[in-house]
Amino acid sequence: MTGKKNKTLKILSEFRIFIIMVLVIIVLGMIEPSFLRLSNFSNIFKQIATNAILAAGMSFVILTGGIDISVGSALALVGAVSVNLIAGGMNIVMVLMLSIAMGALIGLFNGIFIAYFRLQPMIVTLATMSICRGLTNIYTKGAPITLKTSLASGKIYKWIGSGTLFGGIPFSLVLVVVLYAMAYYVLNKTAYGRQVYAVGGNEEAARLSGINSTRAKMMAYVICGMTAALAGIIISARVSSAQPNAGEGYEMDAIAAVVIGGTSLRGGEGRVLYTIMGALIIGMLNNIMNLVGVESYYQTVVKGVVILVAVLLDARTSKSLVK
Amino acid sequence: MKKLTALLLSGALVLGLTAGCTSKPAPAPSQAADPQPSAGTTDGKVVIGLLVYNDKNEFIQKVVDGAQTKCNEYGYELIEYSADGDAATEVSNMEDLITKNPSVILYNPVDSDAAEAALSLANDANIPVITVDRTANGGEVVSHVASDNVYGGKIAGEYILAQLGEAGGELVEIQGVAGTSAARDRGDGFHSAVDGAANVEVVVSQIGNWDKAQGMAIMENALQAHPDIKAVFAHNDTMAMGALEAATAAGREDIVIVGFDADDDAVQSVKDGKLGNTVAQQPQLMGSRGVELAYNYLNDLPLEKEEAVEVALVK
Repeated sequence: MTGKKNKTLKILSEFRIFIIMVLVIIVLGMIEPSFLRLSNFSNIFKQIATNAILAAGMSFVILTGGIDISVGSALALVGAVSVNLIAGGMNIVMVLMLSIAMGALIGLFNGIFIAYFRLQPMIVTLATMSICRGLTNIYTKGAPITLKTSLASGKIYKWIGSGTLFGGIPFSLVLVVVLYAMAYYVLNKTAYGRQVYAVGGNEEAARLSGINSTRAKMMAYVICGMTAALAGIIISARVSSAQPNAGEGYEMDAIAAVVIGGTSLRGGEGRVLYTIMGALIIGMLNNIMNLVGVESYYQTVVKGVVILVAVLLDARTSKSLVK
Repeated sequence: MKKLTALLLSGALVLGLTAGCTSKPAPAPSQAADPQPSAGTTDGKVVIGLLVYNDKNEFIQKVVDGAQTKCNEYGYELIEYSADGDAATEVSNMEDLITKNPSVILYNPVDSDAAEAALSLANDANIPVITVDRTANGGEVVSHVASDNVYGGKIAGEYILAQLGEAGGELVEIQGVAGTSAARDRGDGFHSAVDGAANVEVVVSQIGNWDKAQGMAIMENALQAHPDIKAVFAHNDTMAMGALEAATAAGREDIVIVGFDADDDAVQSVKDGKLGNTVAQQPQLMGSRGVELAYNYLNDLPLEKEEAVEVALVK
């Protein structure tokens, strides 16, 4: 009898985050009925796409025990360059490839200083954040660049950020699902994934067992840069323009999503699929606060409290959870 | 694989839950894809949406105030969201606002060019939109209410000319964010007054992005390059106050500096004889007129395509 009860408890605790999420949705729905409309959920999915994409890449970095606060500025820079290239007439495939490459380069830049020169991730990415924001302002001359939707490439670009498939499913959501499937596969089924966890858990031990921790960490930042680039494309497509101040503060939401999803900032612990839950929770919070009419000042307070609670809960339950 | 299944299952559960809940009769139709009949009500009250680019400044707060007062008068409900200067947040705000089914949306965009992204959502939902203070380039609106910025720039220019007299002199223009209708119009008005005037030349004209620090930096550099500047026109008080600080620090209190907006600190400065002058908008009136236009629309009364709110120099 007790064996079966333990098994049920174990299943419950494994899926506790999903149970919590369903309960949260029910409660929020009772507070504000318009929250539960399908069109509202469609909005939420569209709204969290950017953060979810950033959080996917951020997961890799945080799992290695690092952090990347340059993603918001990198997003803006790549968005600006992409929109401008489209306006200049370049074809869409080239633009997308160049943008992702740009993101990879920014990530590589971070990775070299952090992994190779062994500098503090917070400081390096702080510097990169400044550099990218400055470059964005220089490149855009401080003014927004409009997406040319009169061009075919512009139309496709716009569709990436705001188009829908099969009557209602946002394409950006499909992108998120594919991205997370890929992230899940890499982190759980490949040697590289194991290296990431190993390096995050104990870098010295990882190195002693033959893992090239420098390369593993560098790769994590490259991945993070590429997701920032993708997010830059999605955002500029969604608003049909590249804003010089785009992405400001987005790194905080991305880190929050990762942390709420249960990944430890110390590294080596966490599941990327839970990150998407974290992004969803933040998105639902933002949405419900708007629907209920909470002033934007209070919204940031609420978000901060939620992050604190999430981290606290996780610290207290992680001991009882089997990894 | 097991986790993925769990994820998909819970996703299905969530959607199933939402489907179950939307089957209850709602007071107003909900799907954004359906054409909306104009009756957008919650508890029988007409809902007016107000999207502003950033409610953390005095000017916009007054606009919201004015709108709220007028709504109270008509018995309307006002829902206000701030984009905090972020165009992406603005799109999210529009989505969330449409979920609340407003009858009319008053829209003050972050950026006139990026405004279409959010505006098209309202257009698709058949909700009429009135732009406030800033235009939207693209998309459909039923009306636009803003200060007469062109006239404001012109009277600012004329005031400067009057102050300089026959001798004339070198002028500095500090502009707002490029592409905003306010910057463009105030600049146009200013130039219509000073271009071609005898003995007067605009030697420096740069973009300060509505920011005080940038206004200050532009003034400092201008003073370095042109020691003989006589007057400055800044497109808003924030930049004008920055320029004033730069001029004071350089010991050039003789320079006539004119701003725009009549912010409280600027008006005080004019009273103290430091800032030359500023152009007062009437943000409360702007908010109020916006709601009036909404009322006119909803009651099939005549509606101007563009409604200009009067401005005047404070001195």
